[in-house]
Amino acid sequence: MARTLINVPPKAKKGEVIAIKTLISHEMETGYRHDNVGKPIPRDIITQFVCTYNGLEIFRADLFPAIAANPFISFFTVATASGTIEFKWTGDNGFSQTETANITVE
Amino acid sequence: MTADDANRRQFLIGAAGLAGGMITVLPVTEARATPQTMQAAIKKVVGSAALRKGKVTLRLPPLVENGNSVAMDVAVESQMTADDYVRAIHVFNEKNPQPNVVSVRLGPPAGQAKLSTRVRLADSQRILAIAEMNDGSFWSDEVDVIVTIAACLEDPV
Repeated sequence: MARTLINVPPKAKKGEVIAIKTLISHEMETGYRHDNVGKPIPRDIITQFVCTYNGLEIFRADLFPAIAANPFISFFTVATASGTIEFKWTGDNGFSQTETANITVE
Repeated sequence: MTADDANRRQFLIGAAGLAGGMITVLPVTEARATPQTMQAAIKKVVGSAALRKGKVTLRLPPLVENGNSVAMDVAVESQMTADDYVRAIHVFNEKNPQPNVVSVRLGPPAGQAKLSTRVRLADSQRILAIAEMNDGSFWSDEVDVIVTIAACLEDPV
């Protein structure tokens, strides 16, 4: 399990635009580097990130090797209802990780 | 000026020339995205639609010390309502091994069409961000960045 850092405001007013920040620890090995004997290091990156809010997809990102190690992604959403926001990262070599955050909307 | 001085000067000029020559001989032979491959990647997204400048604000530091992690912001002017929203944001580069940087899909639930992330830059180059609106129009912004330490070239630990 990769370590993640997720920042979602715990409380928001209905209709407020909130910022969501996520970070996951991952090498994001580009596949363009060579090891000390000149053998290419195979690509190992996170290829997709999806965020759902109470089951509704609000944001999706396709990542490429040009994304820095430990991908940081920040975006916005409208606080519509209390519930859970789910984050899912998938990538090479069967990488898959899901995290959730709760939000209370008043 | 003595003869010794002159020799020394000539030697230094020669050495500098040699060093310069070595640097020009060394360039990386690996595959690289070129402005052409970037255009091809853009074409894949935009198709035959017109790509206009405006609405998009791409922010990157103009001078990057370390290309391994560069903060990048893309913001698109849009009300993000049900009839006027940004469908997708795509970012492209000219000189990394691949032309794509990131592609995101969003919609009215976003409230604000803004994205921040950190990217790798292999060289001083031009970065282009494209926003796809719900009416099928495409808007763009580009930024030139100077990179002093490139990503992708260092040896792994």
